[in-house]
Amino acid sequence: MNIIKNIKNFKNRDNPKNQILAPNYDQRRKMLLGILGFGFLMLLWSAANRQIFQKDYLQVQGKRRYLRELSIPAHRGEITDRHSEPLAISSPMVSVWVDPRHLPTDPKFLSKLAHIIQLPLATLQNKLAKNSKRGFVYLKRQLSPEIGKKVLAFVDRYRLGSIGIQREYRRYYPSGEIVSHVVGITDAADRGQEGIERSQDAHLAGRPGLRKVIQDGRRRVVEEVELVQAAAPGQPLMLSIDRRLQFLTYLELKRAVQINNAKAGTAVVLDAQTNEILAMVNQPSFNPNDRSKLIPSNMRNRAVIDLFEPGSTIKPLLVAASIDAGKSNPHTPIDTTPGYIRVGRYTVRDIHSYGLLTVTSILTKSSNIGVTKLALALAPEYMWRMYANLGFGQRTTLHFPGEVSGYLPHFSGWSAFEQATHSFGYGLSMTALQLAAAYSVIAADGIKRPVSLLKLTTLPAGVRVLKTRTAKAVRYMMETVISKKGTAKRAAVEGYRAAGKTGTVRKAVAGGYASRRHLSVFAGMIPVERPRLVMVIMIDEPRGKAYYGGLVAAPVFAKVMAGAMRILNVPPNEYPSKIQPSKTRTRFANNGRRF
Amino acid sequence: MPPKISNKLHIDWPLLTGIILVCLWGLVIIYSASDKNLDMMARQLMRISLGFGIMLFIAQISPEHLYRISLNLFGGAIFMLLIVLALGVIGKGAQRWIDLGIMRFQPSELAKIAVPMMIAQYLSEQQLPPSNTLIFKALAMILIPVLLIAKQPDLGTALLVGSSGIFVLFLAGISWQMISIFAGSLIALAPIVWTMLHKYQKKRVLMLLFPESDPLGAGYHIIQSKIAIGSGGLHGKGWLHGTQSHLDFLPERHTDFIFAVLAEEFGLIGVIVLIGLYSFIIFRGLYIANQAQDTYGRLLSGSLTLVFFVYIFVNIGMVSGMLPVVGVPLPLISYGGTSLVTIMAAFGIIMSIHTHRKLLIA
Repeated sequence: MNIIKNIKNFKNRDNPKNQILAPNYDQRRKMLLGILGFGFLMLLWSAANRQIFQKDYLQVQGKRRYLRELSIPAHRGEITDRHSEPLAISSPMVSVWVDPRHLPTDPKFLSKLAHIIQLPLATLQNKLAKNSKRGFVYLKRQLSPEIGKKVLAFVDRYRLGSIGIQREYRRYYPSGEIVSHVVGITDAADRGQEGIERSQDAHLAGRPGLRKVIQDGRRRVVEEVELVQAAAPGQPLMLSIDRRLQFLTYLELKRAVQINNAKAGTAVVLDAQTNEILAMVNQPSFNPNDRSKLIPSNMRNRAVIDLFEPGSTIKPLLVAASIDAGKSNPHTPIDTTPGYIRVGRYTVRDIHSYGLLTVTSILTKSSNIGVTKLALALAPEYMWRMYANLGFGQRTTLHFPGEVSGYLPHFSGWSAFEQATHSFGYGLSMTALQLAAAYSVIAADGIKRPVSLLKLTTLPAGVRVLKTRTAKAVRYMMETVISKKGTAKRAAVEGYRAAGKTGTVRKAVAGGYASRRHLSVFAGMIPVERPRLVMVIMIDEPRGKAYYGGLVAAPVFAKVMAGAMRILNVPPNEYPSKIQPSKTRTRFANNGRRF
Repeated sequence: MPPKISNKLHIDWPLLTGIILVCLWGLVIIYSASDKNLDMMARQLMRISLGFGIMLFIAQISPEHLYRISLNLFGGAIFMLLIVLALGVIGKGAQRWIDLGIMRFQPSELAKIAVPMMIAQYLSEQQLPPSNTLIFKALAMILIPVLLIAKQPDLGTALLVGSSGIFVLFLAGISWQMISIFAGSLIALAPIVWTMLHKYQKKRVLMLLFPESDPLGAGYHIIQSKIAIGSGGLHGKGWLHGTQSHLDFLPERHTDFIFAVLAEEFGLIGVIVLIGLYSFIIFRGLYIANQAQDTYGRLLSGSLTLVFFVYIFVNIGMVSGMLPVVGVPLPLISYGGTSLVTIMAAFGIIMSIHTHRKLLIA
């Protein structure tokens, strides 16, 4: 009974009303099976479509995502001085990058990150906010490898793909501001931006390598697939600079600029025999290790970029031209009375009336009238050619970035007055390096050699510009300048015989020459018999009491050369009588510690 | 004739075999997708065992008993959905579960079972095919839990719960006119629904249409899973050798996107085998529905089987880039216990319906 009841209750199929609809259900069953079958076919199709027909495309897409070519930074060549003292070295560093779109914004997380990379939290948040739409931003560059390790550990702990590190090299300059104008700096991409770093970039920069790696979705390298190309390190470069002389020159120039309250200054020391640049310094200077505080005007290598009129420092060269042409000798008498001379419509003056002078004493006293008379006895073309042969009006062979050629007007346009002004150093302009190079012709017995910032292994062939006799004669004539009678007694170096010439140049301003703005210049060489060094010092706008080259620039020569003679072990001519040994030792000891 | 041992235990062997095979394969893929994490495998094995326990337990309950508790279950599910919603409002955030201390319970999972039970019970008491008023009443009953779940917001589960109820109506013999009216109004309602969608839900639909427009953002999931599937080719890269999944490119690779891992490592052949196993389970379920001796059993087992199909269709469709990204796991394979237990419970019901038949027309 019970069973029958149950059947009646549950078996609706037997309900006659439903039976009428039975075919309808059958159709529905078939329909349902059809729909299901179609559904499964769609799924199969969508998988098969990707796995058979789009397979190649999708596999390439996949590889593009996990197979990556990463660049391997190349080590940049070291720059050293002539004795292998490092001037620029590259040390491994890391940069931290993030993908701001996927970086968690939790302040706790960010403050931890900020702490690790030593960046203020606010700065970090600012940076992220500013670049919120970008996929790649450097958070901080050039961190130490230790911090890089910490960042990696941090990334691993949070399992993040939106932050990572990049290895690179950082350029470091051990001598800092001492030699920064010469060496220059690199930019953030490790390419040369200034100085030697720029002019010799091809030599110094290595070739970055390439490696193929498998990277996972968090951009971590899972496997090294192959080294496509190893990084080729850059070549080291040895400069002609002698770090000790550079240091000494820097200190003395800086002191002179400060004492005289000058605007700027530059100094160049050349090896008199090879024309290698042993020191080249400028004031003001800059610290190449702190890129955040670079001021372009401080970065000028004034020794090759800034032009000035040489003033009286050109007189020995004019005298050399006159002697070489056979028009005079050191003893030829020249009358400079009454202290002025008319040339065309103009008048050339001396400070005093020096009376009857010899060619030698023209230099000793720096007589404008004397050199005017010597110059006017020369053919303009000859005088121009001599100046050009000494290197004026042309760039040196240095190829230093920004180097200028200077200005030497062509003789065809010269009036007698212009020829006269060129004889005492106006109406033409040059760099400190060009002046030093011209003096080195006199120092090297009349041979001109190209200047070099790289250490030379062989002595380059020179060109004879002056007769040996002339050059020697002019040197001894210039020695009188550094005597009690001369304008540069302060350039004297005890124990050595030095030669040189002062210059006090009125600065050219719009419409003429300034009466109170000067350049104080000194150019000299030592020892006079066979010079080892040539030095040019130029101090721009000394604003103290003194402005004469003999008072402002000459003492720098004396101090640097005295130290340089010791450093280079040049035997003195005579042992100084007045020096108190104890005092000398103390001073030397103090300096020694500071070096 | 002595009753078969399977009937005494209320087990349907073909169904059980199919389920076990899929579950085992799931474990194998989880091992690979989790980078050989044995702990995860062990945890999943525990969940599967729990699922089997629940399935066997439910299989012992007779359909008559299920029929009687349908209304209570439905009412309970609605009540708990309301509680979850209230908790979410208080806690100011989306909430889908109730913390029972030892475990978290998701009322929406209960609704997956309770809704088809309720509608099947309701319709089986009536004359079939259902009249229009009956259909509207049933639809109203379906809509209540669906809206509550969609509000959580859990679009995937709402979709599954809604379809489970609709399938009952469909199986009950709703006329084609009605179906076309519903389809029509659904299309008409689409723009309104669109405005009601959450921003991230809109994004998912847009990403389906233009995944390459934001390859590193919202389109990332779809692009990566397409690449993974395509990279598998015909034969697959071999177990444990999928690059996309093992290199962390594939998101959610042991849960919702596990199909991509399978497709990459086992290739099209693996996909065909998997779909074959699934269709075996589904056609067995439909066979059971067809064999059911009462309307309630027929409607319920048919509906539950079809929901199982929807799971598969939505998940694979989503992973292969055919449908928008909706949070639906691959049934019996995806790592996680919540939906696994529900699916096992549903199979328990299906087995119960089949093994409690009073008349064996064999």
